[in-house]
Amino acid sequence: MTMIAITTHFVPRGQQGSRYPIRSCQSLTRPSMAASEDSNQSKIRTVFGSVLSFFILILIGVLAFSIRLFSVIKYESVIHEFDPYFNYRVTQFLTKNGIYDFWNWFDDRTWYPLGRVIGGTVYPGLTLTAGSIWWLLNSLNIPLSVETVCVFTAPIFSANAAWATYLLTKEVKGTGAGLTAAALLAMVPSYISRSVAGSYDNEAVAIFALIFTFYLYIKTLNTGSLFYATLNAITYFYMVCSWGGYTFIINLIPMHVLLCIVTGRYSSRLYIAYAPLVVLGTLLAALVPVVGFNAVMTSEHFASFLVSSVGTMILPSNFVVNFSLQVFIIIHVVALVYYIKGILSPKMFKVAVTLVVSVGLVVCCAVVAVLIALVASSPTKGWSGRSLSLLDPTYASKYIPIIASVSEHQPPTWPSYFMDINVLAFLVPAGIVACFLPLSDASSFVVLYIVTSVYFSGVMVRLMLVLAPAACILSGIALSEAFDVLTRSIKFQLPGLPENSQIDVSLILFMLLTIKAGDTTSSSVVTQNDAAKTNKNEDTLKERPSRKNRKKEKEHVEKTSIKSQIKKRLLVLPLEASVAAIFLLVLLGAFYVVHCVWAAAEAYSAPSIVLTSHSHDGLHVFDDFREAYAWLRHNTEVDDKVSFLHVYLSVVCLIFLNLFLHGIMVWNCSCILIVFTLLEL
Amino acid sequence: MAAPLRFRLALVFSVFALLSLLARSSSQDLQIANAERRIDLTSHIIKVFLTLKVENTGASPASEILLAFPPTQVDHLAVVKAAATVGKRKKKTYQPLDVNPSEQPDSPNGTKYFSVSLLKPLGKGESVTLEVFYILTHSLEPFPVEISQSESQLVYYRDSAIILSPYAIKQQTTYIKTPGTKVESYTRVDPTIHAGKELKYGPYDEQPPYSYSPIVIHFENNNPFAVVEELVREVEISHWGSIQITEHYKLVHAGARHKGIFSRVEYQSRPSISGVSSFKHILARLPPRVHSVYYRDEIGNISSSHLRTDSRKSELEIEPRYPLFGGWKATFVIGYGVPLEDFLFESSDGRRYLNFTFGCPLVETVVDKLTVKVVLPEGSKEPSAVVPFPVDQHLETSYSYLDVVGRTVVVLEKKNVVPEHSIPFQVYYNFNPIFMLAEPFMLASVFFFFFMACVAYLHIDLSIRK
Repeated sequence: MTMIAITTHFVPRGQQGSRYPIRSCQSLTRPSMAASEDSNQSKIRTVFGSVLSFFILILIGVLAFSIRLFSVIKYESVIHEFDPYFNYRVTQFLTKNGIYDFWNWFDDRTWYPLGRVIGGTVYPGLTLTAGSIWWLLNSLNIPLSVETVCVFTAPIFSANAAWATYLLTKEVKGTGAGLTAAALLAMVPSYISRSVAGSYDNEAVAIFALIFTFYLYIKTLNTGSLFYATLNAITYFYMVCSWGGYTFIINLIPMHVLLCIVTGRYSSRLYIAYAPLVVLGTLLAALVPVVGFNAVMTSEHFASFLVSSVGTMILPSNFVVNFSLQVFIIIHVVALVYYIKGILSPKMFKVAVTLVVSVGLVVCCAVVAVLIALVASSPTKGWSGRSLSLLDPTYASKYIPIIASVSEHQPPTWPSYFMDINVLAFLVPAGIVACFLPLSDASSFVVLYIVTSVYFSGVMVRLMLVLAPAACILSGIALSEAFDVLTRSIKFQLPGLPENSQIDVSLILFMLLTIKAGDTTSSSVVTQNDAAKTNKNEDTLKERPSRKNRKKEKEHVEKTSIKSQIKKRLLVLPLEASVAAIFLLVLLGAFYVVHCVWAAAEAYSAPSIVLTSHSHDGLHVFDDFREAYAWLRHNTEVDDKVSFLHVYLSVVCLIFLNLFLHGIMVWNCSCILIVFTLLEL
Repeated sequence: MAAPLRFRLALVFSVFALLSLLARSSSQDLQIANAERRIDLTSHIIKVFLTLKVENTGASPASEILLAFPPTQVDHLAVVKAAATVGKRKKKTYQPLDVNPSEQPDSPNGTKYFSVSLLKPLGKGESVTLEVFYILTHSLEPFPVEISQSESQLVYYRDSAIILSPYAIKQQTTYIKTPGTKVESYTRVDPTIHAGKELKYGPYDEQPPYSYSPIVIHFENNNPFAVVEELVREVEISHWGSIQITEHYKLVHAGARHKGIFSRVEYQSRPSISGVSSFKHILARLPPRVHSVYYRDEIGNISSSHLRTDSRKSELEIEPRYPLFGGWKATFVIGYGVPLEDFLFESSDGRRYLNFTFGCPLVETVVDKLTVKVVLPEGSKEPSAVVPFPVDQHLETSYSYLDVVGRTVVVLEKKNVVPEHSIPFQVYYNFNPIFMLAEPFMLASVFFFFFMACVAYLHIDLSIRK
């Protein structure tokens, strides 16, 4: 009886319980109650847990927002260097002239002799986001300036990104891991560097869109719901609007789909998660002027060596087919095979397979030969320079020095890993191991995400930003699993003590490790996944069953979890080791927090447009940039032309709006020469 | 340049002399026994003090005395004030008199008049002593028009050696005070004496009406020619305890234009001879107990400002981002809050009124166009403004945080404002304190309905399948 009492105490009540694992104190003090009261109790516990995790999430959002305010507190509420000023200027135009003028905007004030078609060459996501926030606030008669809205867009979206991380990790490994990952992401320095208040750049909203797209993909994969699949396509559209990094999504997801197919994990859920995304997503992406037909035509990917036979047969071979489309075709072939397999008898099926494979192989060889010839004939093999430098890190320095010269495109050094993701670098391997125990569709996706992003970040320091969320998710999983094992060990090792004091210990632990203490459950989500896998075909399609159904499921899963709990009892660690390990983990977490706060306050908050230095007699402010800009703005004529080096251009064109500017263009070397001659550099 | 100028002046002089012979003044029976004029040219705001002893030699009593100004001066005239002196030396007091522009039917050569209304009419044989004070702006013309960083600024001042008046003046003297001893040239109208910082024209005896004798003084004036081309002051009243003032400035240096390059090194290493006519900082006098002061422009905070406060006044010393040379412009915003109880009062009839200073807080500055916007709280009614000098008034509506019906804005506009206009004005309005609770109530109800909606959503099972 005591055994069961303890287990009911620590074991989740099925799906619902596992999402909200943190117990109420009330239920802790009364562990051995009658079964009828027990269900009532678990309901209270569930409600309490959900409220608690809701408040934790709110606090994480506040943390994510406020840690990015150092720049405002230490300096002032201004837009930060260079690119953000360009975005700010575009937003100003949008709020002043409206959306249609924005699409048609030809800017004759910058890039003087040529001008620039702004509407067709920017990723409009960020601008439209800030513009809509501004419009909404002003329609509620909250007269915030465009600048204020722009300054605080990035922190707001960091909070959103933290919540999206929670949702994604929750889908992978349960609530506890989700909360940990969200807390880690809220303050990861790599992301802070691009999203402090005032850093009004595409990445600020794009990382949120990235994580949220992945979440919706996983959610669809777990549930098979067409609703989430549609949402996923819309979020993907938002990501395409926001940042060129959308190609990462549209390559990673097909890779995962391919991985699932190859490892024999094809299911109808996978089909629903993938097919609508490709169809709707590609159509929507083609609506963004800057992307246009690039959505299907060019390919920043691994196309040539993964081309499927069917794909090349159907599509014209004069352009390289988009990788995601190839996978799209593959998944249809696989779906067809599964369908035929279901219809035909095994014998007939074998015959059909041999027939199709032998014909297919011949065609395939022919097409591959043609394709190789085509690809080999084009100089860049159909890829853009930046993408090529991703695959071959030495490519840029050999052929396109202008790309290589940008510091963001250099390979990072080891210290920059430590600076940007800090202790997460050590936790990630543990997280990968945890993802394999056991491997599900969702956890395999996360593993694939970290592996690819580690590679990309190793090529280009800028893509560290893509690595950061993956590192946070996996570290969250690792920490969550570690605390899970350690707290369980401690609890099982206190058999001699009366129950009350045992509860006290767990209470104290709970206080100490607010996020993690009660979370004995995340692992059981997985066991439950396994258990549920057998009869998944039936209930995969109902994601959100009515509340009555949930209860039934809960009781069903409870039995299996009790068994797994007994099994786990054999895996406990020594008490002293557990306590020491928990202490060390908390220390590690504390070190991470200290590092992040330091990085946010000291390393990444300077707006670059104003500099400060501390000397023995106080703070010195160097405001020379703005002095010059302000003078130019107020004391030059409308048609004056000013020559500037590229990076300064965007700042200047904002600061004096009525000037023609002559900037240098990264793609035009002769132009650079002219300006350098002018400046006598 | 100098020769044609002198020729032109001579021409003007002769025209006026001719006019003075022909003129038939309507008020021939008044005459000025003694006139003394002191012109202060030390800054770009020219202050003129005129002491007139007026006698009535005619038969009928006179209740008005006319002051005449040449048309070139009238456009630059910012303030005209007059006071009558009462009592003898030690018990001397001044009684302010009304001064109004007036039209005269036969004004020679576009002469403009201001009439001073006496408190009691001047009887036959009586005399009164008037103190007249007026201010001229934009009346110093830089010459040379462009100067380099190392040069100092020279300006022309044009006026008449003889006071322009519709009355005959028996005896008059004019004293002109220059900022320094350096006077390049001046027109001689004997007797003329130049001693130190003072030029003395006169005494001249028995000048007929409308006598005019143009003079030009070319002298050094390195005082900051700080002109605010446009100033918008927004005074926002919140009955929750604060008045928020936001001032948008367009500042310009109206002196001789800067020529050539600007060398920062020279400017900082030798401040005494480099850029002497430029200015770096301006002082703003703010009300006492001022709080949350900020000083910024479109591209952020301007870090160079100092605030000194004590119980009677606050002084904000601001530096534009760059020193202002002739012709250079700068725009910026100053904002601050003051406690409500210092400026908002309730009158005896239950109306509330704001008592606030009209002019520009910057010292020694001319404002070409001043707009004062008083934003009354939402729900206030029947606003009316009381300003001691003529201004253009109209009403607007503005929307601020969570407003529904909008706030009434009383807009007062005035051109050519000088520091002498920094005197209190009042805006009266009716306000029901219940309106203070409108916005908190609105917010509370929004949250209430939001939570109610959440509760309702959680208690309704929306799924189709059971």
